Amino acid sequence: MVGALLVILLLGGVVWLVSGPLRRPPEPPEGRDTGRAGLEAAREAKYREIRDAEMDHRTGKLSPEDHERLDRQLRAEAIDILRRLDELGPEPRRSPPGSGSV
Amino acid sequence: MGASLGRAALILALGVCVYGIGAALYGARTGRREWVDSGRRSVYALALVLTVCFAIIEIAFLRSDFSFDTVAGHSSTTTPTFYKAAAVWSSQEGSLLLWVWLLSLWSSAAIFITRNALRDVVPYATAVLLGFGAFFTGLLAFMATPFGTSSPAPVEGVGLNPLLRHPSMMIHPPMLYSGYTLFTIPFAFAVGALVVRRVDAEWIRAIRRFALAAWLFLGIGVLLGARWSYAELGWGGYWAWDPVENASLMPWLIGTAFIHSIMIQEKRGMLKIWNASLVLATGTLAILGTFLVRSGILQSIHAFGASTLGVPFVILIGLLVVGSIYLIVSRREVLRSEHHLDSLLSREAVFLLNNLVLVGLCFVIFWGTFFPLISEAVTGSKASVGPPWFDRYTVPLTLVLVLLSGIGPVIAWRRATAANARRNFRIPAVFGLVTLVVLVGVTGDDRKPWALGMFCCAAFVVGTVGQEFYRGIAARRALSGESPVTAAVSLVSRNRRRYGGYTVHLGMALLFVGVAASSAFQASRDVRLATGQGVDVGGYRYTYVRQTASVIDDPKRTGSILDLGAVVDVTRGGRHVTTLYPSRGYYPAPDASQGPVGSLIGGEATSHVGLKAGLRRDIWSAIEPDIQALQPLIDKGNRVVPAAHPDVALVVLEAIAQHYRDSAPPAQFRLIVSPMVTWIWLGGLIVLGGGLIAMWPPPGRRVRARYLARVGRDLKRAPTTTAV
Amino acid sequence: MTPPRKRKIRLIAALTSAVVLAGALVYTSFTAASPAVTPTQLLARAQPGQTYQLTGTVAPGSIHRAGNALDFSVADRAGGGRSVSVAYTGAVPDAFREGREVIVSVHRQGPGFVGDSGSLITKCPSKFAAAKTGSKPY
Repeated sequence: MVGALLVILLLGGVVWLVSGPLRRPPEPPEGRDTGRAGLEAAREAKYREIRDAEMDHRTGKLSPEDHERLDRQLRAEAIDILRRLDELGPEPRRSPPGSGSV
Repeated sequence: MGASLGRAALILALGVCVYGIGAALYGARTGRREWVDSGRRSVYALALVLTVCFAIIEIAFLRSDFSFDTVAGHSSTTTPTFYKAAAVWSSQEGSLLLWVWLLSLWSSAAIFITRNALRDVVPYATAVLLGFGAFFTGLLAFMATPFGTSSPAPVEGVGLNPLLRHPSMMIHPPMLYSGYTLFTIPFAFAVGALVVRRVDAEWIRAIRRFALAAWLFLGIGVLLGARWSYAELGWGGYWAWDPVENASLMPWLIGTAFIHSIMIQEKRGMLKIWNASLVLATGTLAILGTFLVRSGILQSIHAFGASTLGVPFVILIGLLVVGSIYLIVSRREVLRSEHHLDSLLSREAVFLLNNLVLVGLCFVIFWGTFFPLISEAVTGSKASVGPPWFDRYTVPLTLVLVLLSGIGPVIAWRRATAANARRNFRIPAVFGLVTLVVLVGVTGDDRKPWALGMFCCAAFVVGTVGQEFYRGIAARRALSGESPVTAAVSLVSRNRRRYGGYTVHLGMALLFVGVAASSAFQASRDVRLATGQGVDVGGYRYTYVRQTASVIDDPKRTGSILDLGAVVDVTRGGRHVTTLYPSRGYYPAPDASQGPVGSLIGGEATSHVGLKAGLRRDIWSAIEPDIQALQPLIDKGNRVVPAAHPDVALVVLEAIAQHYRDSAPPAQFRLIVSPMVTWIWLGGLIVLGGGLIAMWPPPGRRVRARYLARVGRDLKRAPTTTAV
Repeated sequence: MTPPRKRKIRLIAALTSAVVLAGALVYTSFTAASPAVTPTQLLARAQPGQTYQLTGTVAPGSIHRAGNALDFSVADRAGGGRSVSVAYTGAVPDAFREGREVIVSVHRQGPGFVGDSGSLITKCPSKFAAAKTGSKPY
């Protein structure tokens, strides 16, 4: 008897948890995936590369000429990413806190 | 009551998985976010339900509720509490429950961490993870239930195999399973990324951390198993190329390859097909490893026994392989390389070579492990290859691997020049060669070329890591003027991935030095010694000083009843080095068929190794007392004990033990002097430390935002032409 | 040589060497392997100079220590059939006892069989099976 009650309790808990998002007022459908997140990640990765190259230069793994060449190339690639991010337009207004998903 | 709740909960778990798969896929197809979120929440719900299941079975074990078949079969009232708790996963069904519970926990963590990222990939990743969940909960619900009951419940359980009564043996499965389940997460996210055709920097960043965590857990699990084998079993080795050992090593090797080659994809957009294949292979091998240990298809000391679970697993693995190949082939345009290899002397080339060596190692191990099945298919009869065959191929490959781990971090990206090589490799190379020369001089006639080669390569790695740290600290101090220690700390904390990686390489080099030294220069003897007799092993003299025998009067009988052992004196050149106390513990038999006295000690016997570990060498000993010689006494004792007073048997046993102490029985000894075994465990700890450093989350938001702003300003200030 | 051409050559070279190495590996595995046999099969077709993986169960009452060596007999797992005596030296696993399943590498030496040192593997008792009754550990 107690067992059956516990099962029902567990089932209820699961249903409540899982149906939570469905019970919210429906959000406006997301815009087309613009790839913004991907570009932002690429930007961070590129910055890290620039930093690493600088580090390599300071610890002597790259000669000054090699570093300058590499640095110029990486910065050009970074600017390209920044430009593509700018083209996407300003960042969409973030949804108000509390309606984010868990 | 608990059992029926558990059974119902398993069905509920299966239902949650099926619902979650449907909801996530429906939400992905229709673009309706709420359904995807519902699918994600199903992962949390699965974790909740499985926690309930696991709690039920744990409580049953702790309460010694023998109405549960699995408790009756693997625990007893005399099992100590810690081992009662861990006995849950000593059975087929219990270990499956542990596996899927860990899967649900780690999946929940992954789903939570990616809650605001990878919007298009997450639904499919969720579906894949829940798919694994459905498979395992289905097995548990319908084929290998942990909640089977018997009534009337037996009064006493069978007990936990004494061979498993060691802390590291109990932690080993959870570590191992965490490694396996963590590898399914990159697998799931790779499947998702390939399905939506989006393989980019964001995906790489998410997957890398999970792969690294999985790699760490699995590595620790493997190392724990090796340590247990060495310190607890009576054979003195740590690796036997047993199929189950190999099964856990294979995904780890491919995982290592992936962690390295993903760096190339991140930096140069190369090797996308290769990386996708690696990550899918890792997940598949993790499932294969889980399957191998419980299928009974290969002869192994670990096998859970032939079982009926083989068929579903084979179907799942087949599905994973076919599905992976299909995904990669159909998405190959997305996986096209952006750049190509510029030069064979570059970091990319070294990483690629490292990958090939690792995949080669995995292939060798795979082939050797499955050879019985392969030979049966080809020639009709099962044949197996032994450790010498494995060693023949893995030793050279590992040597190349260690060498590459020294070259890789230092050689330049894209194209290395001679000047570059001279500047960076001169000191480490000299260090390596000097070490080689010194060692050749020291070991003289005892030529072990592979071991010496490994020492030389390891010295080279130590040289490169040392050089890196030295130069990094110098560069930091040039900037900030900090003291060396502060500079070291801030250097590492600002470049976690880099210096964490260097630390891991250092740890692996030391680990392989330990492996090479302890295999090539080990001295071992199996001898029969009389009391007072001694024998020379590897420059040390072991003397069997006297015998020991003790009867443990533990009313709860949680341990062995009789312990027969020896006091062994170890000297070197006349000077006392250490005293060892190897012994053998005899556990009670589960029934009384051997007579009242015989049953007290008629169960399993475990070795207690006498071990003195040290940095230079381990002095190891194990004993096999001649208990057969006591059999006449035991038979007499059986007759003497009155049926009405069975506890007299313990007194009789004490008398027998006294007889053993008084007589001077010879005993069989296994004596080993093993150089530098401790370096293996120390190296492993250093690898763990390095891995944790590399995994540590990056500095907080504010620091990162400031940095981003600064670099952005720098870039705008120095515009360059895009043509380089 | 154009870069794509160079890449293609590199790829072919790499694949060829991989195939050659794999071929060497496969070949040596077949020659280095020792066949798995039951006692009955072993007695039927054992040839001198060849190592076999003898699998079976330890026959009750057959375990004797003779100096440094351990003598025991291995019987067919399925029961019936003949049993093979093995003279073995080396590490004996903790789980070794009569009635347990073992695997040991043996080769013929004169009329009997000698077990290769350190090759004795005893299967951990099955996690499912009820405890074996009446099997002595020595």
